[in-house]
Amino acid sequence: MAEGGFAIHPMDQFVVKRWFCHDEPATPLINECTQNIHWYDITNVTVWLAVAVLAITLLMVVGSRGRAVIPTRLQSVGEVIYGFIHKMVEDVAGHDGVKYFPFVMTLFLFILFSNLLGLLPKSFTTTSHVAVTVTLALIVFLFVTLLGLARKGIGFLGMFWVSSAPLALRPVLAIIEVISYFVRPVSHSIRLAGNLMAGHAVMKVFAGFASMAAISPVAIGAVSAIYGLELLVAVVQAYVFTILTCVYLKDAVGDAHH
Amino acid sequence: MEGEVAQLALMGKYIGAGLAAIGLGGAGIGVGNIAGNFLAGALRNPSAAPSQTANLFVGIAFAEALGIFSFLIALLLMFAV
Repeated sequence: MAEGGFAIHPMDQFVVKRWFCHDEPATPLINECTQNIHWYDITNVTVWLAVAVLAITLLMVVGSRGRAVIPTRLQSVGEVIYGFIHKMVEDVAGHDGVKYFPFVMTLFLFILFSNLLGLLPKSFTTTSHVAVTVTLALIVFLFVTLLGLARKGIGFLGMFWVSSAPLALRPVLAIIEVISYFVRPVSHSIRLAGNLMAGHAVMKVFAGFASMAAISPVAIGAVSAIYGLELLVAVVQAYVFTILTCVYLKDAVGDAHH
Repeated sequence: MEGEVAQLALMGKYIGAGLAAIGLGGAGIGVGNIAGNFLAGALRNPSAAPSQTANLFVGIAFAEALGIFSFLIALLLMFAV
C-alpha cells in the first residue's frame, strides 16, 4: 500500500466489507470486516446492488401505476427513459433488434442507477468493481454470440471473413477480427469500471486536499466541480455501455454486409 | 542487501505506474480529436448533427478504452504487484 499524506486514502472507498460489521481498525484493508467473505455474506456491494434494483422497481412500478394520459412527474421520467432507449435500439441495432429491447433497457437502467447511487455520499459504487461490470459484459458477449449462431448458423462466422478486402489480406484480417471480437468483453467491462473508479478516486483525492487548511477553499471548489463532472460521466458511461451493446447486437441480428 | 532490492523494486513499481499513466494522454488527444472534428462537422451542417451523436459517443468510447487500459496497468502496478 502506498504511503500517502492523505487523511483519507482515495482507494479505501472501494474496499468490500461485510454490512453488519462495525470494526474500526487502523488499517481499512485487513480487518475482521474484510477477511474471509463468503458468497452468501451481505456486503456493501450486495446491499447497493439491491438498492439499485429496488429503486428501478419503484420508479417503473409506481411511475406507471396511474397510466395517466397527462403523465405525473414520475411517469414522465419513466416514459422519457423508455422512449430514449427504444429509439436508440431501433436506430443502432436495426428493426430486427427491437425484439431484444427489454434486455437493453434492463442493462441501461441497472448501470445508470448503480452509477448514480454510487455518487451519494457514504454510498458504494458497485459498477467501479470489475467483478460487477465483467459479469454484465460477459452476459452481453455470450448472449450476442449465441444469438448470432442461432439466427445465422455458421454464417455468423462470415463476420470474420471480410469479403470486401483483397483475397491475400483476408486471412490476416480474419485473425485481427477474431482477436478484436474476443477483446470486446474486456474493453466493454474495463471501460465502465475504469471510468467510475478513476472519477471517484479523483473526487476522494480532492476531498483529501480539503483537509489541508492552506488549500481547502480551492479543494472544496474543485471537488464540487468534479462532482458535477462525475454526474455527467455516470450518465454517459451508462449510455455508452448500452449503445455498444446495441452495436454488438447488430452483428448478431442485422445484415453484416450491406 | 535484501532491503535495497525491495526498495529498488518499489522504485521500479512507481516509475512504471507513472510511465503507464502517460498512455492516458493519448486517449485525451484521441477524444479531443473526435469531439473537435464532430463540432467542426456539426457547424458546417447542423441539420445532420443530431443523427451522428450516437457515432460520436461510440467513437469516444473506443478511443477512451485504450487509455483506460493503460490506467488499469498503472493501478495494477500500484496496488496489485
